[in-house]
Amino acid sequence: MGRIEIDEIRCKGCGICTVACPKQLIKLCDKANIQGYTPAEAVNQELCTGCALCAEICPDVAIKVFR
Amino acid sequence: MQQVFTRPESLKDVQTHFCPGCQHGTVHRLVAEALDQFGVQQKTIGVASVGCSVFLYGYFDIDVVEAPHGRAPAVATGVKRARPDSFVFTYQGDGDLAAIGTAEIIHAANRGEDITVIFVNNTTYGMTGGQMAPTTLVGQKTSTSPYGRNKAKDGAPIKMAEVLAQLGGVAYSARVAVNSPKNVLQAKKVIKRAFQFQAEGKGFSFVEVLSSCPTNWGMAPLAANERIGEEMIPYFPLGVFKDDPIAQD
Repeated sequence: MGRIEIDEIRCKGCGICTVACPKQLIKLCDKANIQGYTPAEAVNQELCTGCALCAEICPDVAIKVFR
Repeated sequence: MQQVFTRPESLKDVQTHFCPGCQHGTVHRLVAEALDQFGVQQKTIGVASVGCSVFLYGYFDIDVVEAPHGRAPAVATGVKRARPDSFVFTYQGDGDLAAIGTAEIIHAANRGEDITVIFVNNTTYGMTGGQMAPTTLVGQKTSTSPYGRNKAKDGAPIKMAEVLAQLGGVAYSARVAVNSPKNVLQAKKVIKRAFQFQAEGKGFSFVEVLSSCPTNWGMAPLAANERIGEEMIPYFPLGVFKDDPIAQD
């Protein structure tokens, strides 16, 4: 069991985490953040294993991982 | 639940100026994590270069000296010699290290200065507008090579990690990439290994990191990230080219 928290203010919406997640549990949302980017958001969090691969690849250190 | 991934202490909790998908942020975090692991935050003096990495002092919670373009290894030499107990690293891009600062990096490496150099190679001059760098791939279009880099006229891209591995003063030279979680984890190990050489006073260590520049490549972040694997890694092979703790003896 795991859980992630994405800092939607820091996220620049590059989307690299969306392909890094082995279970494809991250997608970009439709609403822009204060920077004008569409940040990533986690979906179906109950399937998250807390592997932290999304956080390892995130260039903006915007993801916190709990396990 | 326990927090298993968090921001390293040596990295300030501030917004960076980097473009979306730019991997300077990833490399910053890996370096900060390594500093935390060695517990040297209080005695580290970073030497920043010119380029997008110029704001290093704003992002790292350490002391930083800003060097003139390309001269970071020369400044780091002075810092380390004046303060031998400090932990000194330079953080440079490819326009800075492989073009303007070639003399400084070659001679600092050849002297075997006890410093660590983090070299971020994105095959272009990022901050100044995407001009051709010595590391630009053959055929790559940039603002100063609009028809693509011509090998006959411009030469082939320079492989700094291999070049420096030839020098006697170099203890460690390696190339990593940050395009996939697997490569990021490998990069983390290699950067820690490079810092290990300095922690033990065993000479010059060098890590080349292949990263992307989505803005100047004119690509979306995901496509730029894929280009690292498809075009850069075949030309710039990943690996450790020198790992010789007794190079100094």
